[in-house]
Amino acid sequence: MLKEYSFEKTAIQTFADNVPLALRTEDMQVFYGSNHAMHDASLSFPKNQITALIGASGSGKSTYLRSLNRMNDGIATVTGKIWYHDVDINEPDVNIYEIRRHIGMVFQRPNPFSKSIRENIIYALRAEGIKDKQVLAERVERSLRGAALWDEVKDNLDKSALALSGGQQQRLCIARSIAMEPDVLLLDEPCSALDPISTVKVEETLAELRKKYTIIIVTHNMQQAARISSQCAFFHLGHVMEYTPTATMFSNPQIPVTQDYISGSFG
Amino acid sequence: MNAKQKDFLATITINVIVAAVVGILFFLLAYILISGLPHVSWSFLTGTTDSFSGAGGIGVQLFNSFYLLVLTMLISIPISLGAGIYLAEYAKDNWRTHLIRSAIEVLSSLPSVVVGLFGFLLFVVKFKIGFSVISGAIALTFFNLPLLTRNIEESLSAVPRNQREAGLSLGMSKWKTEIGIILPVALPGIVTGVVLSAGRVFGEAAALIYTAGQSAPVTNFADWNPMDAASPLNPLRPAETLAVHIWKVNTEGLANNAAQLSAAASAVLIIAVLLFNLGARVLGNYLYRRVTASK
Amino acid sequence: MEQTNSDLKPNDARTDDWTARLHRATRATREDWLGRGISYLCIGVIILVVASMLWFITSKGIATFTQNHVNLWKFISGTNWSPNQGQIGALPMIVGSFAVTFAAAIVATPFAVGTAIFMTEIAPNKGRKFLQPVIELLVGIPSVVYGFIGLAVVVPFMRHLVGGSGFGIISATFVLFVMVLPTITTMTVDSLRAVPRFYKEASLALGATRWQTVSRVILRAATPGILTAIIFGMARAFGEALAVQMVIGNAAIMPKNLISPAATLTSQLTTGIGDTIDGTLPSNALWSLALILLLMSLFFNALVRLIAKRGQLSHER
Repeated sequence: MLKEYSFEKTAIQTFADNVPLALRTEDMQVFYGSNHAMHDASLSFPKNQITALIGASGSGKSTYLRSLNRMNDGIATVTGKIWYHDVDINEPDVNIYEIRRHIGMVFQRPNPFSKSIRENIIYALRAEGIKDKQVLAERVERSLRGAALWDEVKDNLDKSALALSGGQQQRLCIARSIAMEPDVLLLDEPCSALDPISTVKVEETLAELRKKYTIIIVTHNMQQAARISSQCAFFHLGHVMEYTPTATMFSNPQIPVTQDYISGSFG
Repeated sequence: MNAKQKDFLATITINVIVAAVVGILFFLLAYILISGLPHVSWSFLTGTTDSFSGAGGIGVQLFNSFYLLVLTMLISIPISLGAGIYLAEYAKDNWRTHLIRSAIEVLSSLPSVVVGLFGFLLFVVKFKIGFSVISGAIALTFFNLPLLTRNIEESLSAVPRNQREAGLSLGMSKWKTEIGIILPVALPGIVTGVVLSAGRVFGEAAALIYTAGQSAPVTNFADWNPMDAASPLNPLRPAETLAVHIWKVNTEGLANNAAQLSAAASAVLIIAVLLFNLGARVLGNYLYRRVTASK
Repeated sequence: MEQTNSDLKPNDARTDDWTARLHRATRATREDWLGRGISYLCIGVIILVVASMLWFITSKGIATFTQNHVNLWKFISGTNWSPNQGQIGALPMIVGSFAVTFAAAIVATPFAVGTAIFMTEIAPNKGRKFLQPVIELLVGIPSVVYGFIGLAVVVPFMRHLVGGSGFGIISATFVLFVMVLPTITTMTVDSLRAVPRFYKEASLALGATRWQTVSRVILRAATPGILTAIIFGMARAFGEALAVQMVIGNAAIMPKNLISPAATLTSQLTTGIGDTIDGTLPSNALWSLALILLLMSLFFNALVRLIAKRGQLSHER
């Protein structure tokens, strides 16, 4: 039996003015039709750090993440403000394609295009008008190196991406995202479909990417959150309950619901 | 009679029924091929028809059938592609979309003779274009659009959602994602559907007798300027197709060898349609392997 | 690796004005306008075609009653069709159309259902490998070829068997039977396959024979689907023109029996429309026949929807 927890008692950290923020949400609500899936989410994401979003399935963490780069457009109604470079990107007249250029996303299941490895990376670049072969080749190498995939595929760039293993496909998807040179990278349980060895590779990649990008990652794997993130947000039934430095969350959770979740009594 | 006996009897009955169905098909094919093929010769395939008796070769009709098919596909593929993309990507789940879907369903269930009559009314009676290639091609387009649209929509929708998300998350437009990412994956299904519909269009006659007409004026196969009246490409000339020819020879023909003629023409028609069916399968499988290839 | 983010960005001068940067139209926005435009246009064309088809045929079809002041009831119940003499009783064609449609459906249904049971319950393997292509081939054969075979084989056969010309409702029924058979079979197969496996397993586990299971469980569960299949077959038979026109004899008189020449709505249209002058009573009368065809096709369509709705309701219960 799931205990009833009060949604009144939360512990959400804020950051000092001198901490540069990449992204910030203010009172974000998400509705699927009449289903209120996300309540008053107000979180700030510091630049060049990894923030993990944890919680049981159905807690709203993926919903929250997908709202950040407007991937929920046409699927759900998202209200509230999403601040990016002091622009509220949740406004209807914002150019959503441009936003997604700056805030990239990697999904739960690897979803490479059914094209060659090279095409996977340059397709969207060419769609933007980059035609120069040398520039494109440079981007391919740089992004594949960034995703720690270069050494494994450099001789087979024209091979179909579908021939790669699941872990390689996921790193290709990461490479494809960083080839667009975004500021922020959103990852939605990127390792849930991968084996442990591939998971380690992806985690190493993320640790490296943190130097250039701000990373927000949804994970249901608490060990993973503990290993890679600087701060952690805990979601419960569509509410953000606690947002603290990762060390604090796992050693000294502030509120009962987080304590119970961390200790494994539900979820 | 007990349950076991009833079961036995039912099984026997069903087997007899199946044998009858298979027998009918084999009889049909055998009848057409055996009575028709001996009369199919090079001169039959390329010769011209005597305009009074309907006797003679089917060269012009064969050309007309292919010409109409190509024109029909040229008009209907782009339109149904756009409409299919609309339904798969842009249409919201509301009353307007329901209405649109119902309209397409109505169009696909209309008898082809009604579609042909509409074409007759529009092009021959109202616009006074007369029996012509272009009237026929547009009538066939009306008849082809709903099936092709549905086929394209289904093929596009069958592509996993995560491919769309991948494209959109890179900042690509919906349109670019659909054309550049989704369409290539859906292509095997679309091509199969297109070739199958080509077979249907090739054999269609009821929509054509009052649009493309029932006469095949001798054309000058050395003149490929579509503007010339005698050119085979002239879109304004009447163009009896092979299927219409079979109907015409059988109902109004005065040729004393009408049965032979139409058997031979039917054999050609059947072989063409079979080739389309076979082609659809082979091409679809080939493309499917290419798209999902792990080479 | 030391390049900054914006080094290679193609379309922005390194502006710090993020408000402008995130609001202005880019290539992607323009592409989407274009794409929206193209796809809306295409669907618009289809809607326009359907709407004008309904409008034109309806307005032409009711001209007989509004302009020529023919009594609607007389049109439907009259048995004398001689438009040139001003007599337009459409009953012979209406009866002809319904007769061949029902007869073809009645003959074809047992064959179709039997074949479908064979393909799904008795020999699924043979069904898929062998019968499926047979059925698909039958669908692919053009209707003029059916008409030709009807003319070359069925009509002479009937002539030998019962005398007379051989043209008539029974020949048309036979041709239509073969034509609707694949339609009904394919859709019946689909609905039999859609019956959940555990229905069948439960019945067999209770000791029922295969036939008991098929007749009492599977066919019952698939009834809405089979009905839909039959209606689709009837719609095809009702609208089929040339194959019927070639074997029915085309005499616009009340059919006295099944073996004398008769006519259907479609056969009368195909035979007549080319010989009339637009706007005259004979022409308008034919358009009224076309209107009946159109209405019947809408009716079949509505019937299929109704069954689908009913089926859904009974599943939800």
